[in-house]
Amino acid sequence: MSSDRKHVQELAHLEQELKASDLLLDRRSREEMNYEVMHAMERISLGWLLAAFVLGGLVFLGLGLAWAYQIKWGLGVAGINRPVFWGVYIANFVFWIGISHAGTLISAILRSVGAEWRRPITRAAEAMTVFALIVAGIYPLLHMGRTWRFYWMLPMPNQRVIWPNFRSPLMWDMMAIITYLTGSMIFLYLPLIPDLAMVRDHSKTKLRKRLFQVLSLGWRGTEPEWKHLHVAMTIFTFIIIPVAASVHTIVSWDFAMSNVPGWKSTIFGPYFVVGAIYSGVGALGVVLVLVRKFMGFQYYLRDQHFDNIGKIMLTMTFFWTYFWFNGYLTEWYGAETALDFLREFMTYRGGAAPLFYGMLVTNILIPISLLWSRAGRTTPWTLALAGISINVGMYLERYIIVPVTLSRNRFPFMWGHYVPSPVEVLISIGSLSLFILLYVLLSRVVPLISVWEIQEGQVMHVIRRVGQTLVPGVIHWHKAE
Amino acid sequence: MSSHNESVNEHRWVMVVDVDKCTGCGACITACYAENNIPIVGEEEIQKGRHMGWVRIERYWEGEYPNIRARFLPIMCQQCGEAPCEPVCPVFATYHSATEHINIQVYNRCVGTRFCANNCPYITRVFNWYDPVFPEPLHEQLNPDVTVRSRGIMEKCTFCIQRIRQVEEDAKSEGRPIEDGEVQPACVQACPTEALVFGDLNDPNSKVARLAQSRRAFRLLEDLGTEPAVIYLKGGDAHVV
Repeated sequence: MSSDRKHVQELAHLEQELKASDLLLDRRSREEMNYEVMHAMERISLGWLLAAFVLGGLVFLGLGLAWAYQIKWGLGVAGINRPVFWGVYIANFVFWIGISHAGTLISAILRSVGAEWRRPITRAAEAMTVFALIVAGIYPLLHMGRTWRFYWMLPMPNQRVIWPNFRSPLMWDMMAIITYLTGSMIFLYLPLIPDLAMVRDHSKTKLRKRLFQVLSLGWRGTEPEWKHLHVAMTIFTFIIIPVAASVHTIVSWDFAMSNVPGWKSTIFGPYFVVGAIYSGVGALGVVLVLVRKFMGFQYYLRDQHFDNIGKIMLTMTFFWTYFWFNGYLTEWYGAETALDFLREFMTYRGGAAPLFYGMLVTNILIPISLLWSRAGRTTPWTLALAGISINVGMYLERYIIVPVTLSRNRFPFMWGHYVPSPVEVLISIGSLSLFILLYVLLSRVVPLISVWEIQEGQVMHVIRRVGQTLVPGVIHWHKAE
Repeated sequence: MSSHNESVNEHRWVMVVDVDKCTGCGACITACYAENNIPIVGEEEIQKGRHMGWVRIERYWEGEYPNIRARFLPIMCQQCGEAPCEPVCPVFATYHSATEHINIQVYNRCVGTRFCANNCPYITRVFNWYDPVFPEPLHEQLNPDVTVRSRGIMEKCTFCIQRIRQVEEDAKSEGRPIEDGEVQPACVQACPTEALVFGDLNDPNSKVARLAQSRRAFRLLEDLGTEPAVIYLKGGDAHVV
C-alpha cells in the first residue's frame, strides 16, 4: 500500500519535471494564454513610453538631423578619405544584414526540420529579420555620394536610356536585399495571421478592432484556411533558406569580387554566411532575454529555449573560428606583399591590433567560456552577455574588413588612416535606436510569441503513461490530412 | 594590348613617364589643377587624405645616408585596357571608350558608391567630399571646356580628353592626319624635363611607340592584368637629390 502511494508520488513528481522541462507538455488553457499575451501587449507603461520617446529622439537625431547635415554638406562630414573610401556605413550595413540572418534562417531551418522547441521563438526571430533588413537597407543610401539619385540604380525605363550595370556586385546586392526583404516580410506575416485574428477577437476598443480586422485578412479559422496557411508556410520555409544564404554570399561578393588585397578571397561567401548566422543568433539570444524580462514571458521562454539557442551559438562559434582561421592561414601562406602590410598593421603592435585581438577575444574566447556549460546557457544574463560579446566581435570583424583593410594597399605612399566622425557615430546610434524602436513598437501591436503555434504544439504533445513510468508523446496530426 | 583594341578608331593614346628624368618639381600637378578645374581643398583636408589632384608624385628614398637618392614616381589614372573600376559601377558612370581607348568618367551619371575607387589598384580616383570652392580670383580662370564637378561624385585623370577631342576635330576638319606630339595633355605640356610624353601607340613612327620598345619600359602592377596605357621608363643611373 505504502509502495503504491510512493509510486503515485514519484509519478506526480516525474510529471512535474516533464512539464518544467518542456513548454509543450505544460499545457495551459487557450483563454488563459490569450489573456496573458493580450495583457502584455496592451499594457502601456510609463517606462515603455519613456523608452519609445528616447529612442524616437535618437532616431531623429541620427537618421534625421545628422543625415540631413551630411546630405547638405557632402560626405566630407564623414571620416572617410582616400584610400579609405568605405567606412562604418558599409561595416554597419554588413553588420545589420548579418543580424537579419538569424531570424528568418533559424526559424525556417527549425521549421523545416520540425524542431518543436522553436514554437515560442520564431515570431521574435522573424521580426528581427525584417527590422534588421530595414535598418541595413538604409545604409547603402546613406553611403552614396548623391543619395537623391539612388533610383538610378533601379532597373526601370528612363529617359536617359541607361539600364543599370548588372556586372556590378552592387546591383546583385540590391536585388538580393529587395528579394530577401519581401520574402521575410511575407514569412513574418503568414504565421501572424491567426494571432492577429485572435487579437481582433479580444480587442476592446473599436479602433483596434477595426485595425486588426484589416490586418488579419478576415481569418475565421476554417479547415481550408488552416490548410492553405500550412501549405503557404511550407513553401516559404523552403524558399527563404536559399534566399537567405544567397543574400549574405552576395554581400560578401561586394568585397570578394574586387581587386583589393584582403578582400579578394574565395572563402568570403561561406565565411560571411556563417558570420551572419553567428551574429544573428547572438542577437536573437539577447532579444529573447529582453522580451522575456520586459514582457513577463517566463512561462513561454524557458531554460530549454535558452539552452538550445546557446548550443546553436556555441556551434556557430566553432564554425566561425574554423572559417576565419581557414581564410587567415591561406592568405598568410600566400605571402602577398600588400597583405603582409595589412597583417603588420593588424597584429603585434600595429595600429589596428587592439581591434584584431579584441575580435578574437569577443568572438572566440568569451562565447566559448560562457556557453560551455548548461548553467552558462540557461542563465539569462550570461547568455545575453555571450550574445553581446559575439556582436561586438562580429562588428569588429566587419570593421576590420572594411576600413582597416582599405587603409593598407599596394602603394605605401597612399596608406590611410580612418577615424569615424561624429556624424557617422550619430547615424550609427540612430540606426541602432531605430531597430530597438521598431521592436518596442511592435511589442504593443502584435504578440511577440506565436500563440497559436504554441497551442498547436501543446495539443500535439502529451504525457503518456507507459507501464510504470511517464513518457512524452507526440500526435502526428498532419498525417491525418 | 587588350581585347578593347578591335574598334573603329585607329588611335591608341598612351603616356610614357620617364622616371629617370622626373625631378619631382610638381609642374604636372599644377598644370592639371589649372586645366581640369580641380578644387583646392586646403591643408587640413589634405592631411585627412582628401587632396583632389589627379596626378600625384610619390617620392621614395633609395640607399642609406650619405649615399641617398630620391626617386619620383608620378602616378595618374593608368587608363587600363582591362580596368577594374569599370565593371563594379552600378550605373555605368565609368566605362571604356571605344573611340579613345581610355576610361571615361561620366560625372552626371555618378551616384557616388565609390566602389570604383576601392577597386582601383593604383588608387588614382578622387572623390568630391564637398562642393568645390574656387576663391577669388581663381574662379576667373576656370576652364570652360571642363565641367565643374559637384559634391558626391567621383573623378579622375582623363588624359585631358577635351584636348584630344579638339585636335581630332581640327585635323578632321582640315582633312589631315594628327601629327605626333600635336595632342598634349596639360601635364605633358608643363613638364620641364620632358619626362612625360604623350602620343599614339598605333603610329609606329611616334615618339611613344619608340619609347615603348625601350629596355627600360615597364608598367605598374603589370601582374594584375589591368593592361595600363601608361608606360614607365626606369633603369638609368639618374641621380636626383
